[in-house]
Amino acid sequence: MLKVLKAGLYLSVQDLGRFGHRDIGVPIAGAMDTESVKKANLLLENDENDAVLEITMTGPTLQFDADTYISLSGAHIVATLNNEPVDNFTVIKIGKGDILSYGRLEKGFRGYLAIKGGFQSKMLLDSRSQFYPVTQSARLKDGDEIPYEETTSYDPKISEVKIEDHFEHEVLKVYKGPEFSLLTDGQLAEIFTKTFTVSKENNRMAYQLAELILGHSYSMLTSGTLPGTIQLTPAGRMIILMKDGQTTGGYPRILQLSEESIAVLAQKKYGDALKFKLV
Amino acid sequence: MKSYPISIKPFGERAVLVEWPEGVSESILADILDFMDAFKELKISGWEMSVAYNSLTMVYNQDHIDFEETKNMILECQERQAKSKTERVQHLWTLPVCYDLEFGMDIEEVADTLGLSIEELIRQHTSHQYVVYGIGFLPGFMYLGGLPSSLEIPRRAEPRLKVQKGSVGLASKQTGIYPQDSPGGWNIIGNCPVDLFDPGKKDPCFVKVGDKIQFESISKAEYELHKIEGEVGIYEPEKVVLNA
Repeated sequence: MLKVLKAGLYLSVQDLGRFGHRDIGVPIAGAMDTESVKKANLLLENDENDAVLEITMTGPTLQFDADTYISLSGAHIVATLNNEPVDNFTVIKIGKGDILSYGRLEKGFRGYLAIKGGFQSKMLLDSRSQFYPVTQSARLKDGDEIPYEETTSYDPKISEVKIEDHFEHEVLKVYKGPEFSLLTDGQLAEIFTKTFTVSKENNRMAYQLAELILGHSYSMLTSGTLPGTIQLTPAGRMIILMKDGQTTGGYPRILQLSEESIAVLAQKKYGDALKFKLV
Repeated sequence: MKSYPISIKPFGERAVLVEWPEGVSESILADILDFMDAFKELKISGWEMSVAYNSLTMVYNQDHIDFEETKNMILECQERQAKSKTERVQHLWTLPVCYDLEFGMDIEEVADTLGLSIEELIRQHTSHQYVVYGIGFLPGFMYLGGLPSSLEIPRRAEPRLKVQKGSVGLASKQTGIYPQDSPGGWNIIGNCPVDLFDPGKKDPCFVKVGDKIQFESISKAEYELHKIEGEVGIYEPEKVVLNA
């Protein structure tokens, strides 16, 4: 078991997501920055879909009760194992009783902790990703325990990867959304020339942008939405749906983020700058 | 039966949006469901489809897609659909609702605004069959069509931070049930004790798009009984096959 001594700001178990249940309104959920998860799992020779912990800004304090190997990825958050510094993208040997703690956030917003064999929390609707009400809670709290299998020896083929992170990227690549043609020349000029910033309203469901663009008075029937769908409210607010975002919506879907750009946005926090580029 | 014209739009790297003519209509919905049946018969794994009124979102979970190729596949499927007609089983579900003031905290105000007595409001709400045009917004949340115009009322000016699970609401042309505690702006007129989403079940959501819902007024005592039956897993909502 991995014991959560302190959960930090928002800690949850995530894999690559829960697929095949959109038709009953269940969002995909899963890790916000899948690129970072895949790399962390790769180092441990795990399946890329093995469950990891997603850490948000303020990291947790965690205690391991059996030998294993872990790797950290995503946001650069100062981490220590029994008070000794450990780096992202290396294979780290863990002994029984070891304590991993996190300190200052240096770059990015969401960190990942992968473990040899993946976390073994209960599979519900084909995924271990925490999402209420599929799982009993959306996040872990102090005192929670997450099962994993003991690994006493592991000889990694690669023990470290060169990281080319995407945390400094400001440009999000977008495709035309289903209602793109509604946009006026004025709105298009704003979207593709302005620099936007992430508002306080940002979480696993959606990121709202702080700056408004010209609004609209178009009313449409509710229709499907995806992670990365950018909706435009009548007031001119752009809302970018993320992994826990609802499966349907009633605002025009003007743009759709590339999957790579969803991972870029997942590492942005309140006040960070963004630009859009049509591909 | 003739098929409607459809338009197919790209929707990111692995999805397309297929749209039928604009409108809320049972015959359009039937055409969408016919298309889905024809597509499922092709047995191409990895695709998931979700309906909302006149549109179908199709997502390929395994890889990025080529739009033109996908578009052709969909158009061919529509050709096929016209030739082979499959029989679909659809149900009419009777869902119990307790309209007591304890649950329906807005029912007096709603009745007043609509110029109806509470009894008449309940009579009207329970005397129609509502078509399930989609499931979304929250897991197990049904988009229901067919509300009589006499029950149309704008959503509340200020949404509530927490609407209780099971709450039955009215908002403009819609009526529906909150499947979980949620913030919400609908006018709440009652509560349904039936779990509409249960992730522990093999089929977490028993209602399917295309089914119909009719509400039945129950007392507080019946409500409590259904609640207990639900908790111990012996409650079975009443259903009849529509197209038998």
